[in-house]
Amino acid sequence: MAKRVKIRVFRYNPAHDTDARYDEFEVEAERWTTVLDALLYIKAHKDHSIALRYSCRMASCGSCGMLINGIPRLACYTKVYELGSDVVTCRPLPNFPIIRDLAADFTAFFAKHKSMKPYIINEVAESIDGREFIQKPEEVEKYLQFSYCIKCGLCYAACPTVATDRRFPGPQALAQMYRYLIDSRDKATDERLRIVDDRHGVWRCHFAGSCSMVCPKGVDPALGIQLLRAYLLGMNRDSKVVAELYRREPK
Amino acid sequence: MKENREGIKGWLNPTRYGANRFAYWLQRLTGLGLLAYFIAHVIETSNIVYGKNAWEKMLAVTQTTEGHIVLMVVIGMCVFHAANGVRLYIAEHGKGIGRPGRPEYPYKPTSLGLGMKACIWVSVALAALAMMYGAYVLFGEV
Repeated sequence: MAKRVKIRVFRYNPAHDTDARYDEFEVEAERWTTVLDALLYIKAHKDHSIALRYSCRMASCGSCGMLINGIPRLACYTKVYELGSDVVTCRPLPNFPIIRDLAADFTAFFAKHKSMKPYIINEVAESIDGREFIQKPEEVEKYLQFSYCIKCGLCYAACPTVATDRRFPGPQALAQMYRYLIDSRDKATDERLRIVDDRHGVWRCHFAGSCSMVCPKGVDPALGIQLLRAYLLGMNRDSKVVAELYRREPK
Repeated sequence: MKENREGIKGWLNPTRYGANRFAYWLQRLTGLGLLAYFIAHVIETSNIVYGKNAWEKMLAVTQTTEGHIVLMVVIGMCVFHAANGVRLYIAEHGKGIGRPGRPEYPYKPTSLGLGMKACIWVSVALAALAMMYGAYVLFGEV
């Protein structure tokens, strides 16, 4: 059965607004109506000037992250009904500069991600020549979970350290650092550890766990960060053996 | 562009993100409380340089009901901060937080599993017990 809900949308256009405000809209929500559905209905029928970012509508692209009733969530992955409230307040993700209304600027977030060198570093891989790295399933499982990251920025918005330290890379970037560090194809262990072994780096995390609570893909960045720290502390260094290239023989 | 950084006000609400965020908030709060107590304690004990009378006058303040309540709170803060600190130390060494695996819906994070939650509530319970024992000793003397 449909119910009427009030959607409060944060409005701010830096081009001509001095202060932010909320616009309120009444929307009919079915059990399957997502917050993104409601916002797109408002945009189509009530106020086309609302700015928001979205793409896949199925929690794969990570574009529609926003603060919904105080918690960072994907609008396409959050049903109005499951919020258990007749009022849904949508704000842009905190810790990201506001471009307009619900659209946030991800420039600094992506720069931090890139600073972690999110790619395999191994000179052998340059001359792969028909050969391939052989990895055991247990070697794949060490990093697979972290490779599901869709860079939606929800963890970055929830992190209390990011909220106060501009130089902290954030949970997304640190989890990606662990993802490449522990990959048996990667050989740049020392280079990677030098990047994060800093007082504004991995040691700044206080394990508030908020990043893992809001992650829509089960990446568990807090786990990656603690394992990265454990690696720096020498706890699991023996667990990584760099993979070698093999030529698969035709059967 | 408006910066929209949460700042310190992002720390203030401990109810949004579950037990770990609550523990984070309490660890910060007790840390600040213990720092305030440490400063007050140094000021208090420095009164000895003004002679025996000044020292005993200051000591009498801690023997009041209000003084005992403050000491009880300090005991609680100290025990929680220490016990939760041990939990964080263990987690930072990669222990008790689970292992990476294939995420399956509904995606329960292993790092915030039952073990970590139990440690948080045990820390709270130990702090409460220590406060009760403190109350028994302090108010038992009155």
